[in-house]
Amino acid sequence: MHRHILSVTVENEPGVLSRVAGLFSGRGFNIESLNVAPTLEPDVSHMTITTIGDDAIIEQIVKQLRKLITVIKVVDLTEHKAVQREMALMKVLAEDRNRAEILRIVDIFRCKVVDVGHGDLTLEAIGDFGKIQALINLLTRFGIKEIARTGTVALKRAMQD
Amino acid sequence: MELTGAQILMECLKLEGVTTIFGFPGGAVIDIYHELPNYPFKHVLVRHEQGAIHAADGYARATGQVGVCLVTSGPGATNTVTGIATAYMDSIPVVILTGQVPTPLIGNDAFQEVDIVGITRPCTKHNTLVKDIHKLAYTIKQAFYLARSGRPGPVLVDLPKDIMQAKAKFIYPDDISMRSYNPHCDPHPKQISRVAKLIQKAQRPVIYSGGGVISADAHEELVTLAHRRHIPVTSTLMGLGAFPGNDPLWLGMLGMHGTYAANMAVNNADLVLAIGARFDDRVTGKVSTFAPKATLVHIDIDPTSIQKNVSVHVPIVADCKSALTALNEALKGTAKDVDYPAIRKDWLDQISVWNEAQPLKYKPSSKTVKPQFVVEKIYELTKGEAIITTEVGQNQMWAAQFYKFHRPKSFLSSGGLGTMGYGFPAAIGAQMAFPDRLVIDIAGDGSIQMNIQELATAVCQKLPVKIIILNNGYLGMVRQWQELFYDRCYSETCMEAQPDFVKLAEAYGAVGFRITKPKDVEPVLKKAFAINNTVIVDVRVEREENVYPMVPAGASLADMLLV
Ligand SMILES: Cc1ncc(C[n+]2csc(CCOP(=O)(O)OP(=O)(O)O)c2C)c(N)n1
Ligand SMILES: [Mg+2]
Repeated sequence: MHRHILSVTVENEPGVLSRVAGLFSGRGFNIESLNVAPTLEPDVSHMTITTIGDDAIIEQIVKQLRKLITVIKVVDLTEHKAVQREMALMKVLAEDRNRAEILRIVDIFRCKVVDVGHGDLTLEAIGDFGKIQALINLLTRFGIKEIARTGTVALKRAMQD
Repeated sequence: MELTGAQILMECLKLEGVTTIFGFPGGAVIDIYHELPNYPFKHVLVRHEQGAIHAADGYARATGQVGVCLVTSGPGATNTVTGIATAYMDSIPVVILTGQVPTPLIGNDAFQEVDIVGITRPCTKHNTLVKDIHKLAYTIKQAFYLARSGRPGPVLVDLPKDIMQAKAKFIYPDDISMRSYNPHCDPHPKQISRVAKLIQKAQRPVIYSGGGVISADAHEELVTLAHRRHIPVTSTLMGLGAFPGNDPLWLGMLGMHGTYAANMAVNNADLVLAIGARFDDRVTGKVSTFAPKATLVHIDIDPTSIQKNVSVHVPIVADCKSALTALNEALKGTAKDVDYPAIRKDWLDQISVWNEAQPLKYKPSSKTVKPQFVVEKIYELTKGEAIITTEVGQNQMWAAQFYKFHRPKSFLSSGGLGTMGYGFPAAIGAQMAFPDRLVIDIAGDGSIQMNIQELATAVCQKLPVKIIILNNGYLGMVRQWQELFYDRCYSETCMEAQPDFVKLAEAYGAVGFRITKPKDVEPVLKKAFAINNTVIVDVRVEREENVYPMVPAGASLADMLLV
């Protein structure tokens, strides 16, 4: 079982998201994260889907996605070198005695403090899945009040050896 | 000159070569029905929309052309869903035109509004709501293109009432090209030569063919391959008819109710050529023990079918016809070096031994009518040339086992979904396409009641469809499972109260017969087949007869229960 990042180019038509999401739920595949956004072409959208499965399942997912009439292209970025990023916003409990340490972590992880409240800090973190996960692990002990994550987006690297 | 949406739709259907439409009117499609009399279509007014979609499906299976079904919004549309799923599971090209409430009302829970595009997304090949009259002609053309190309399937177009009333110039696109859809067709030459080599070496090859061979019109190529290279052939339920049922190389159907010879052949083969089939669980039995000694070759047009249930050694994504043509070409001249009759002799002898040891059989009776005997008689009287549709259950399996199909597109049966109530409306569809052929629905007493209202349709259209009910007074197939695997507890499978099917036929203006004795089977069937009207023959058969052989669900093909 591995985590795969699928880059899916689709026709920007009503219902296309529901077709993709329905395929996953109907066939019992799981979606870990799903990001949809416009591209430079107005009638084309781009989805980044992260999913988990063994090779046979991933092969089925890729083929089933390609079979959808409105899907233009599917690339399994896990088979390539790829840059992956995700952004997370986290509202972390920051009592005075913890504040310094939280700020140190912010520094180490190169996050930003984007909002400050009486007893909390809102942080913005950007990184790959692993980095965000590590950051969450570290901050959990202070108490994360709220979190919003974009899910992974990714692009193939220019150099593929 | 500008045309209304309804007129544009009609023009499109004409240009697509549509001649017959199966439908039922309503408020949302009244504009379309208003135009209908001005166009040369035959419209078959059904009595329930499920009848329309199954009839369109039967028409498509019998002809190979796209079937067309037209219904209103809301309940009209939802009534077609079972039939759409039936066509989807069996890859049948149908275009479903549904009315929809006017675009400004969509989303407001308007009268008879239902999100049919949302509902049918997982059971159509594609579907579209037309929101702009300028996209109407393109969408219709695309629907037909998608339905019939690649792996065929049902395509639904949802037509809001205001779009049917709006006006626009009619421009029909010459062809459809889509960057997101390119049905792959030609096989990879390297893979073909690999298979050709395997065929030359194999001692114990079997062809396992499926519905894809029929939808690709590849039956002749299949026969050529089998005959020239001496390869025995079995098929799925969907594949029946592609290979003649009276050919010496024919093994019969495989799988849960397949023949002993077919299942043993697959179990012992060293090469299995799966062509246009998809390794359904009713075919493979326990997947891990399917064809344990064989190199598996899989030819299918749909990449998702390949490596889905079974991992195969040589996958080929291709249209069955082009793959078989390429394969026959690659094998040309090999008879010089390979003595096919000689290398296959032991294998074909072994198959004869299996065939003789365990042919399809049943215990004949002079007192009660055996359902298998009825199907045998139907075969004899029609010489394998009739179009046979079936309902679902034991009737379907006996039809598949005991009728030997001589040609493709003559066995119409709901394979993937197993939809009771399919057979009769499908027979109506087939009879519309072939008014002069004998079309017979081999039915069960339970299933026939699911779309019995279509008797009115058949009589009204003067269709001489023959319904032969193998009446066991049970939901027989479920009862068989209860007998064999659930301690004979016949929970809710006994159909005690039944209509008098003879009187029912007469009430609709059809003809009814009843058979209770074996000696009456032949004369009454003969009489029924000669009548130029819709006929029901209510055959009272042995009530607790079972379908054998049977591979219990989840067991290996080798573990068959025999008679
Ligand atoms: C619409 C639908 N409902 C339920 C079933 C489950 N089912 C499969 S076979 C069968 C029995 C059919 O009875 P009948 O038509 O009398 O056929 P028989 O098996 O007796 O020949 C049933 C209920 C089904 N296949 N389709
Ligand atoms: Mg019955």
